Amino acid sequence: MQLAIEARGLRKAFGRTEVLAGLDLAVPAGSVFALLGPNGAGKTTTINILTTLVAPDSGTAAVMGRDLLREPAAVQQCIALTGQAAAVDEVLTARENLVMMGRLSGLARRDARLRATELIARFDLEQAADRRVATYSGGMRRRLDLALSLVVQVPVLFLDEPTTGLDTRSRQELWAVIRSLADAGTTIFLTTQYLEEADRLADRIAVLDRGRIAAEGTADELKSRVGGDVVELRDADGVLLRELPTDGSVHGLRAAIDELDRAALAGADGVQVTIRRPSLDDVFLAITADRPAAAAEASAPELIATN
Amino acid sequence: MTTLTAARAAAGPDAVAHRPRVRGFTAERVFITRSFIHTIRDVDTMMMAVLLPTMLMLMFTYIFGNAIDPSGGYVDYVVPGIILLCAGFGASTTAISVSRDMSTGIIDRFRTMPLRSGAVLTGHVAVSLVRNLIATAIVIGVALLVGFRPSATPLEWLAAFGMVALYILTITYLFAAIGLAAPSPEAASGYGFILLFLPYVSSAFVPVDTMPEWLQWVAENQPITPVIETIRALLMGTPVGDSAWWAVGWCAAIIAIAAAWGAWLFRRKSGRR
Repeated sequence: MQLAIEARGLRKAFGRTEVLAGLDLAVPAGSVFALLGPNGAGKTTTINILTTLVAPDSGTAAVMGRDLLREPAAVQQCIALTGQAAAVDEVLTARENLVMMGRLSGLARRDARLRATELIARFDLEQAADRRVATYSGGMRRRLDLALSLVVQVPVLFLDEPTTGLDTRSRQELWAVIRSLADAGTTIFLTTQYLEEADRLADRIAVLDRGRIAAEGTADELKSRVGGDVVELRDADGVLLRELPTDGSVHGLRAAIDELDRAALAGADGVQVTIRRPSLDDVFLAITADRPAAAAEASAPELIATN
Repeated sequence: MTTLTAARAAAGPDAVAHRPRVRGFTAERVFITRSFIHTIRDVDTMMMAVLLPTMLMLMFTYIFGNAIDPSGGYVDYVVPGIILLCAGFGASTTAISVSRDMSTGIIDRFRTMPLRSGAVLTGHVAVSLVRNLIATAIVIGVALLVGFRPSATPLEWLAAFGMVALYILTITYLFAAIGLAAPSPEAASGYGFILLFLPYVSSAFVPVDTMPEWLQWVAENQPITPVIETIRALLMGTPVGDSAWWAVGWCAAIIAIAAAWGAWLFRRKSGRR
């Protein structure tokens, strides 16, 4: 298996704050890899290191087999970054942005113009192509931002929280684009705080907690790690009262129901018990459970973590 | 965009390739074009660049001029000062442009590409130079209309413009570094303000020997005075003394310091917003 991204023991501190505490990563070429974590877990720092923006304090990393510290220029030839803040020039039009990026990516003027027209059509920006970006909506900016990363189609694409702040529709559209890029063979490394996003897009997911990878695997592998089904208790209006993860055994299930009984919640009128498969939220909270702050920051549903 | 167009996008013809390194001065050319477009689309800055020189020239000639020199010769004295004052104002927008670039994500995008990302700054500096040379031409044009009568030969004109260009570069580099050091575009605009007062404490508007003694020392030993004296000598034929050497020396030293400071700040701010 060829690795597109490989990192060993990455450490980074800003002042006294340790952001990365020995991060290991192995991202197979051609896969979509999601780095999942609450705010402040070190996601953006990881991206900044892997895209040559910041040097790690220690550790090594390589992108497409090129060492980040020894051959940064070679790494830069293989990557594109769409960061958290929309990296577009607001004074220029979408077309001017794309032509500029094309020229900076080594295209001749004519080729840069052709490529710009192509990407404008592909990202549905024709109506606004010659208007200043300052007038664009958030969704249009993100599309342009992604288009700028595709002026030259590089093997590894870094997306830092690509859909944060977007409405549902724009998010779905962006997911479709990312999925299609992955199908065309681009390795995609994305960070997200949305579990659904990781579930939908990623071949492999790593949970980043306190500067380390706390768990890694496919969505199914991670879900099976938390064990069995989750018992949910809802009132007559369907509002979730409580949910308890189980270890999947009959004994565990009974223990959970007994627990709910003891809490005197199950006796009220119209209260219903359902059993469901664990979600990534459960995984995430189970993994980061010993740190309440992390659970609070991650916009996950309220639940009782037991481990 | 519908999911359908997105799916169509997937099948695009682009094969996975590598981003080639940009050759020669392409990055500089691209960034100069970018800064140029920024300048002409910034209506306020353009208005200032034209109006300020005109207003200052008229104000100093007709309002202060007769009080300072009743014989009417003040316009010949004050032109170099107005040129530097305008160049200072004009160059101060560089601090804001640079700071704005640093506070958006665009600089990080350039930095992850195989090119000299510092060329972004070159773009801002080059365009500031052109914009302020135009402002200088406007000052001289208005001055000639209100009675400025220089004695310069074509060669002296050329040398005077060379001196002005060097001054513009110096103050622009300084403003660019301030833009890098400032935490926000608003702060950048505030920090740069102090530089705009330097011409007043020099021989730009009144002879240094009319100032209190302690201020004379400051005025005589600050970089603006030799620059002013050099331009005045070239345009009006006043004695130049060693002013030209001091002027060029000061400018070269300040550019070197500002460039080193700027390069350090540029590296340090990488990936941190």
